[in-house]
Amino acid sequence: MIRKKRISVEQHNELEKAKKIKKLGTVIKAIWVFNWFNSCGFTDLIPVVGSRWDMERFGMILTSTPKHADVLFIAGYQTVKSLKRAKRIYEQMPEPRVVVALGSCTMTGGMYWDSYNTIKRLEDYIPVNLYIPGCPPRPEAIFEAVHKMMVHVQESIKKLKVGKHG
Amino acid sequence: MIAFWFKILLIPIVVLFGLFIGLLYKGIDRILAARMQLRVGPPISQPYRDFKKLMVKDNIIPRNAVKWLFNLMPVAALSTTLIILLYVPLGGTMPLLEGQGDLILVLYLLIFPALALILGGFSSNSPYAIIGAQREMIVLMSYEFPLSIISISIAWLLSFTQPGANVFSFLVITNNIIWGLVGPMGFIGLILLFVVLLFVMQGELGRVPFDVAVADTEIAGGVLAEYSGRNLALFYLANTTKVVVIGSLIIALFLPWNISDFFSVAGFSAHIFNALFFLIKLFVVTFLGSSLIRVAVARLKINQVVSAYWIHAMSVALLGLILIWVDVALQTL
Repeated sequence: MIRKKRISVEQHNELEKAKKIKKLGTVIKAIWVFNWFNSCGFTDLIPVVGSRWDMERFGMILTSTPKHADVLFIAGYQTVKSLKRAKRIYEQMPEPRVVVALGSCTMTGGMYWDSYNTIKRLEDYIPVNLYIPGCPPRPEAIFEAVHKMMVHVQESIKKLKVGKHG
Repeated sequence: MIAFWFKILLIPIVVLFGLFIGLLYKGIDRILAARMQLRVGPPISQPYRDFKKLMVKDNIIPRNAVKWLFNLMPVAALSTTLIILLYVPLGGTMPLLEGQGDLILVLYLLIFPALALILGGFSSNSPYAIIGAQREMIVLMSYEFPLSIISISIAWLLSFTQPGANVFSFLVITNNIIWGLVGPMGFIGLILLFVVLLFVMQGELGRVPFDVAVADTEIAGGVLAEYSGRNLALFYLANTTKVVVIGSLIIALFLPWNISDFFSVAGFSAHIFNALFFLIKLFVVTFLGSSLIRVAVARLKINQVVSAYWIHAMSVALLGLILIWVDVALQTL
């Protein structure tokens, strides 16, 4: 009879985290992006797909449904109405999922800081992994953010390996 | 008896070969498409990475979906595609499984991956997926007719020139190269049939301009809208393997030359030469039939898809058939 080894809650959490990091290690090699854009963020991010900045060379492609997506790009201010849809999109994404918020609107409300119906801090409503400042951010900033994400995941994988052997 | 067990042993090798080559050609196709659009394009191993990533992702099953059908259909799509792979001649050799009417069987089996896609779309119970499934059904009905005209006319030509032979078997089709059997008029007819078959390949693979069923910008992924994780990975693999299947079907019908006679090599090295030549032919067919058309044109509307296949492709295919018939009639006079 094989008995499952009893582990504490902390150990369980650690194991789950290690599993998630390993999964992210394969995900960063083929990032499928879903865009939820409201305003100027959209117009400034379309060139990322085009031939000048070409995000496909990093394995990133656009998907049309959140069910296929790994990374959710949220750009621009979110109103009370659009936030409902953003939440629904986030809930439909399969794990592991990452949310990247673009523009100062998502951080502080930006130029809509005193508006009655826009969201000031997106973090209060959806778990945001990364903010990219700018009004709106340049395409180079997007790539820097994605690069930071990749480096972060690779470093965490290295730490996992060191922890196992050491 | 030994030959039988040898064939059984070869089946997993052929299957793995098909899966590997399918993903490889997908990578090449993506790079070529990117270069034609003045982009750098992904690395050649990108489809393998995509597949690996989809396998580790969560597999979401919608609450309203018909669960068993939803989960069964990706497996059905992939397995039927792999079964066709065993019936078509690959790498300049004969297919592993053969019998009476191979060509007709392959034509019937080619419906199944599309049918699995349709059933999967309906069972996921999402409005986008249902619209996509209906569109896939219409596209399926449209391209079947030109495809059957092409294969029937080739079998008919062979039945004239090779009376008594089993014209639907790939052995007869690949041994009698059809370009040598006809005069100049029939030659033009065969070229017309070949061009139509390249366009049918696009619809069969569900790529631009006939990708109305998975129209990304219109109906949010269409039939695949609700699929994620492992199920989507299986559909992805089925689609990439279908390129090999249809490519080798086109090669068997229209370009069945082998290079080993040209270099006068025999034995095992002849097989290697033929397999490499087959890969080059497959590349040419996928480039002409898929990558080039995919980049050059935009998506058609659903009524335009139907008229493109039912009116234009069918009339060109019938014209080819008539030209071949006149040619054969002139020869027999």
